[in-house]
Amino acid sequence: MATRTDPKKDVVIIGLGWTGAIMGMELAGEGLEILALERGEDRNTVPDFQYPNTFDELKYGVRYGLMQKPVNSTLTVRHNTQETALPYRQLGSFLPGDGVGGAGVHWNGQTWRPQAVEYRLRSYVEETFGADIIPEDMQLQDWGVTAEEMEPFLTKFESVAGIAGKAGNINGQIQEGGNPFEAPRSADYPMPPLKNTWDSELFADAARKMGYHPFPRPSANASMQYVNDYGMQLGPCNYCGFCERFGCNNYSKSSPQVCILDALKRKPNFSYKTKCEVLKIEKAADGKTATGVTYFDDNTGEEVFQPADLVLVCAYSLHNVHLLLLSEIGQPYNPDTGEGVVGRNYSYQMTGGTGLWFKDKVFNPFVGTGAGGMTIDDFSMSQIDFGKEGFIGGSYITCGHTGGRPIQQMSLPPGTPGWGAGWKAAVGEWYGHNLSIGSHGSNMAYRDTCLDLDPTYKDRHGRPLMRMTFNWKDNDIKMTQFMKARIEEIAKSMNPDAMASGYKGDGAQYDVRPYQSTHNVGGAIMGIDPKTSAINRHLQTWDCHNVWVMGASAFPQNLQYNPTGAVGGLAYWALEALRKDYLPNPRPLM
Amino acid sequence: MRDMPGRPSRRGFLKGSAAGVAIASFAGTASAQAQEKEAPPPLDQYERVYLNDAEWAFVMAACARLIPSDGDGPGAIECRVPVFIDRQLAGDFGKASDWYMQGPFDPAATPTLGFQSPLTPAEIYRKAIPAFQDWCNKTHGGSFEALEPAKQDAALTSLQKGEVPLDPELRDFFSFLLANTKEGYFADPGYGGNHGMQAWVYIGFPGARGAFTSWPGRENAQYPLGPVAINGERA
Ligand SMILES: Cc1cc2nc3c(=O)[nH]c(=O)nc-3n(C[C@H](O)[C@H](O)[C@H](O)COP(=O)(O)OP(=O)(O)OC[C@H]3O[C@@H](n4cnc5c(N)ncnc54)[C@H](O)[C@@H]3O)c2cc1C
Ligand code: SF4
Repeated sequence: MATRTDPKKDVVIIGLGWTGAIMGMELAGEGLEILALERGEDRNTVPDFQYPNTFDELKYGVRYGLMQKPVNSTLTVRHNTQETALPYRQLGSFLPGDGVGGAGVHWNGQTWRPQAVEYRLRSYVEETFGADIIPEDMQLQDWGVTAEEMEPFLTKFESVAGIAGKAGNINGQIQEGGNPFEAPRSADYPMPPLKNTWDSELFADAARKMGYHPFPRPSANASMQYVNDYGMQLGPCNYCGFCERFGCNNYSKSSPQVCILDALKRKPNFSYKTKCEVLKIEKAADGKTATGVTYFDDNTGEEVFQPADLVLVCAYSLHNVHLLLLSEIGQPYNPDTGEGVVGRNYSYQMTGGTGLWFKDKVFNPFVGTGAGGMTIDDFSMSQIDFGKEGFIGGSYITCGHTGGRPIQQMSLPPGTPGWGAGWKAAVGEWYGHNLSIGSHGSNMAYRDTCLDLDPTYKDRHGRPLMRMTFNWKDNDIKMTQFMKARIEEIAKSMNPDAMASGYKGDGAQYDVRPYQSTHNVGGAIMGIDPKTSAINRHLQTWDCHNVWVMGASAFPQNLQYNPTGAVGGLAYWALEALRKDYLPNPRPLM
Repeated sequence: MRDMPGRPSRRGFLKGSAAGVAIASFAGTASAQAQEKEAPPPLDQYERVYLNDAEWAFVMAACARLIPSDGDGPGAIECRVPVFIDRQLAGDFGKASDWYMQGPFDPAATPTLGFQSPLTPAEIYRKAIPAFQDWCNKTHGGSFEALEPAKQDAALTSLQKGEVPLDPELRDFFSFLLANTKEGYFADPGYGGNHGMQAWVYIGFPGARGAFTSWPGRENAQYPLGPVAINGERA
């Protein structure tokens, strides 16, 4: 029970990461009274990420200084619905954010748009290859929006974040040196691409010789100075090599802080509170609207009821689903019957890579950035004959390095001992002589890959933890094995002295220990059918029309790309409906 | 081992031996600053914050095999890795301060579900070291520290492979020990290991420099500057 009720706000935002900051900024322009509640600490470039303290691999890279602390918040994991789920006690596989800026502080900044076919994957597969190639239990779904509809909103996000890249398709005109397989864009990126590292040039040369189409990876690491739509300024990236898992000391990595928050904090009708974790969205007696949220204020040790007319759930995909489940908004998904929507279609990201070692090449790997490098999309979703290859999915294939931090990024040739004299000799011999070609691919959702409430484990507030049921499936393993074969061809053409591949193979079990990606998607998916989606195509919940859910929880299955381009684009897409349709006349929009 | 142009010879290290090495000495690239600085106490006089005498002796001996002193480059002992481990075990890592440690526990669960022990890393070291020592006594006829290096390596290999019968609550012991040893070798020297930034010098990592604007794209050019630590020291 709340011990205090605060004065009502027009809008309450849960979580102040990328989506929370975007929603706050745009709705503040509407003159609404807005409060954002963030469970973690406040964070600013200075003093939190300033030189030299941020260059601490142990604190941030290894001990997860900026991430969610499982002691405060975690979930349980199992491989199938028969197993007993156990807590994700220590971070590993994915690293949710915590604190102002969310994971937008310690991400890499690889900023992609989905391919046109990815928004309407079920329709595309049925029309092109026939419904019978879809494996039983694979719950393919369309998003309910198209690439054309999303284009202006993706452009808006890229303009706010300040993305560096080279367009490949402007209004249907293919651009030399860009990605010829991308959906048409209305304009080039706001900034030219980053400088390439030598390893990615070598890869691009090899790929070009094989007839592929290399292009620079779109990055949220600024390649020049830039002022965005909100008057916020970015400076050129220093290639510092402490990007992913770290805050940027240089105002170069696009983050909510650098791109939005200082402008937002100047708005008199916006305020935010930190160390305030939302426990529940409260529903009105008729269950059709929310009345506000209850949160725990760590500053005072109180439970507080915050009334609001509009509740924006911007807590990161996993926490969004957890909050909906705890608040009983939308019917929970049941994998046995296939009924219910909240928790449905959780999916992840399928990645793999091949390492190459060259005795006589030195790559200075500490000269790195979160998102630079070269990519080919020749084996992307729109380019693969799913009928012929026997899987549904695709990957981008990429080369570039994010840093040469010696604890986490030491890469040694196959056969090197893990310790002892041989290990020590190898770190001296091979540090910086390695490049790696990675595949970053799609992951489909299945009937049993889902999220629900755990029957046993509780969090520090006594609420049930969320339970994740997830494992790798044949379709996705076939996809990654296909990429392995393509990548190894390119790698061999580069004549390395040693080479080693790591891709999921037959029977691979999801392992929560090694970092894979924080690209957890689904669970509160968007769509046009309330029986198979938790939110409509405007990101409004079907059940409580004043509760809207942002983030990758909306994806019906995963993209082959990193999610944040689409996450940002969807936030601006939802704002269009909110502003034009909903605020003048609050109601279910569909 | 190749020495790259413009880079100090990796063969230039004086080889330190065992516990008494007070400070790294560098040949050729000797750092005046490092030598003027007051030397930290020798490892046998270091004031420990977590490990007891027996544990310290084990950690010293184990680190010395995991990253040995002979050959090119510094060993764990010259880098004062045991100091790092002692401090980490006394701190948030050792206490599992950030981890979810509520039961019920199933420490024997499939390893793919991750850490499931009810014990903190510090407790795991405390319980696993004597259990491993017992096994060394039974199998190799002596405590770990007393064994020949080759037998020590064999014992560590058995521990790594799970051939030493440890309770499931202790099964992460070797992986912690190895990870902590490498962390202490390569982390910023402010944590007590990587003494004199020797491990960074050895591999050619420049530490907390943080600005390489003119460097991307250079082909086969070795970065010329040595490392700098977070506190501003240079090697
Ligand atoms: C190491 C790493 C690398 C990544 N690299 C990339 C990349 O290269 N490209 C890419 O596209 N994506 C990348 N991502 C993913 C990217 O960071 C996310 O997609 C993005 O930040 C999601 O935005 P969001 O607004 O949904 O959530 P977040 O930015 O995570 O913000 C959510 C906020 O909500 C807060 N919160 C959660 N629950 C509550 C609650 N109950 N009450 C109050 N506050 C709450 C959290 O503390 C957090 O601050 C990466 C992520 C990580 C961790
Ligand atoms: S690599 Fe560039 S964008 Fe990333 S943290 Fe360093 S300076 Fe910032």
